[in-house]
Amino acid sequence: MRQPLPRWVDVALLPLLNVVLAFLIGGLIVMSVGQNPLQAVGIMLYGAFGYGSGFGYTLYYTTDFIFAGLAVSLAFHAGLFNIGPEGQAYVGGLGVILAALAVNGLHWAFAVPLMILAGAAFGAFWAFIPGYLQAKRGSHVVITTILFNFIATSMMGYLIARVLKPAGINSDESSPIQMITRVPQLKDFFGLFNHSPVNITFFLAIIALGLVYWLIWHTKFGFALRALGHNPAAANYAGISNEKMIMIIMAMAGAMAAMVAVNNVGGVQGRLILNFVNGAGFVGIAVAFMGKAHPIGVALSALLFGALYQGGQELAFSMPGITREMIVTIQALVILFTGAMGDMLRIPLEKVWARFAPPAGAK
Amino acid sequence: MQFLTDVTLILDSTIRLAVPLILACLAGLYSERAGIVDIGLEGKLLAAAFAAAAASAVFGNAWWGLLAGIGAALMFSAIHGIASINLKGNQTISGVALNFLAAGLTTFLGQSWFHRGGYTPQLQPEQRFTPITLPFADQVKDVPVLGEIYWELISGHNLITYFAFLAVPVTAWVLFRTRFGLRLRAVGENPKAIDTAGISVTALRYQALIITAVLVGIGGTYLSIAQSAGFNNNMSAGRGYIALAALIFAKWRPGPALLVCLMFGFLDAVQLRVQGFKFPYIGEVPVQAIQVLPYILTIILLAGFIGRAIAPKASGIPYTKER
Repeated sequence: MRQPLPRWVDVALLPLLNVVLAFLIGGLIVMSVGQNPLQAVGIMLYGAFGYGSGFGYTLYYTTDFIFAGLAVSLAFHAGLFNIGPEGQAYVGGLGVILAALAVNGLHWAFAVPLMILAGAAFGAFWAFIPGYLQAKRGSHVVITTILFNFIATSMMGYLIARVLKPAGINSDESSPIQMITRVPQLKDFFGLFNHSPVNITFFLAIIALGLVYWLIWHTKFGFALRALGHNPAAANYAGISNEKMIMIIMAMAGAMAAMVAVNNVGGVQGRLILNFVNGAGFVGIAVAFMGKAHPIGVALSALLFGALYQGGQELAFSMPGITREMIVTIQALVILFTGAMGDMLRIPLEKVWARFAPPAGAK
Repeated sequence: MQFLTDVTLILDSTIRLAVPLILACLAGLYSERAGIVDIGLEGKLLAAAFAAAAASAVFGNAWWGLLAGIGAALMFSAIHGIASINLKGNQTISGVALNFLAAGLTTFLGQSWFHRGGYTPQLQPEQRFTPITLPFADQVKDVPVLGEIYWELISGHNLITYFAFLAVPVTAWVLFRTRFGLRLRAVGENPKAIDTAGISVTALRYQALIITAVLVGIGGTYLSIAQSAGFNNNMSAGRGYIALAALIFAKWRPGPALLVCLMFGFLDAVQLRVQGFKFPYIGEVPVQAIQVLPYILTIILLAGFIGRAIAPKASGIPYTKER
């Protein structure tokens, strides 16, 4: 007789064990090439949290991953697998730079809201099309969002190199945004972060986490969204327009992903460069699965991946035997164990529980 | 005659560029026909390319490379099988994870083993699959048109290329003319019927995954030790996804799959040649416009504007026996 696991085991222990498993295997891979994984972890921890600049970088990456993770999570609750944050963020960058260059020289307090809105609009549009195709034409968002990532790469490559690139600059990038217009960095207010790019977009990410929580669990819209995710037929029967919901949710996910561009284009580069998203959108997939698509989980796993990315940079300096790509491997293992093989440890755990815990009816 | 030579050259590179697509596309066909969605083709292609180049560099023989390439793809298929058949996990997520795993591991292991910034050592001709000259090709190459076509297009490819083109009719035969093929198609459409007939759904799906791995493993091997002389970072460059698109475009049928892969290969070949070329009336066509064509065409097809692509019915759904 199988009996369900207590809620805390299901929500916290099982995902945690899966993450530990992913890291153990990652450690074995590091050992297999003759490196010491514990030493590597030590260096990464120091690199990510040990000094102001490093911590600032960690928070900067965390900001990206929160937005990308939320973009995947939002859609996931509605039963949609959005693999497109990478492309949505890239296209969002176009909105951010166009808004910023249009008001170049304006004080950031006025310019940043415009950048946020324009970025969100462009990102939302890029995700809306796959949403529309899913809702109205039945083409699966998994495939279309993958294809839209590729289309975004080509389209943005063309636009940056041929349209946005000003005369007299050799590398493929847009004109720069003036300092006064850029998203202000936290180091301007706190000396602690001395050379790091973390900027006020970080606070926006925290707000977004709260907003998404409120939206999904405390609004009528969120109820409809979850109903759609659990049982589309029932949702439809209850009078929810699934088609409309799918399009709105995808657009919201795209807008969320586009905030990565505010962080990067508006806050760090101060211009639009080729491939600035650099995989952050894909990390969002791992973050969402690891965090079980819950804002608290997303925040924690985004911080973990932020630390991994920053610590990985540090690692590349101190242990040349380990490249940064080890992080991508860890990311893959996390997706595999928390996402695809999430139930692998469930049956052994259930057996353990059946033996040691009192039966559910005994209390 | 210049025009004919140009056309032959473009068609020749079309064939070269289409081979990995054909192999990956057929690989995906077996697994998707059996009801297993394989987003992980890209990762398998990349992992196989790396394993083949690494083994060939170490053991000095292309056949060891081929074996290692297939072996790597088999390992990835095994993970995919455990996740999606035994554990009944989400096949898309598993595929996505495998793609990242390949991207991360190939670079990481490549750097740790060879210390060349992700490249494997340059391979010598005997460590690669090199072009084969077919009988009489030398003699007829000066014959206008036909001789040129035989010499440039048909002769002078490597073993894997001929294998890929042979694999298409073989796949069609296996799929539509054998008992195994019938069962394979049935398990992708209605696994319950297969189960009721007393045939193991699990075993059939694993068999499909093995064939998938062998084909995509050969495809990856082609990339690194036939088309090039070594592995470099991310050398599959989205071909696995293009193959997936081609598979949808071909509506999961082998013959059309060949045509679509050749068409995508042709677009790729044209794109390499038109860079900087000014067309009459249109002017210069941006490379990116040709690069995105396969993706845009696939989306238009998926949206049902040019016929409908309907996937095998049970694809992506783990099979659970009733208790």
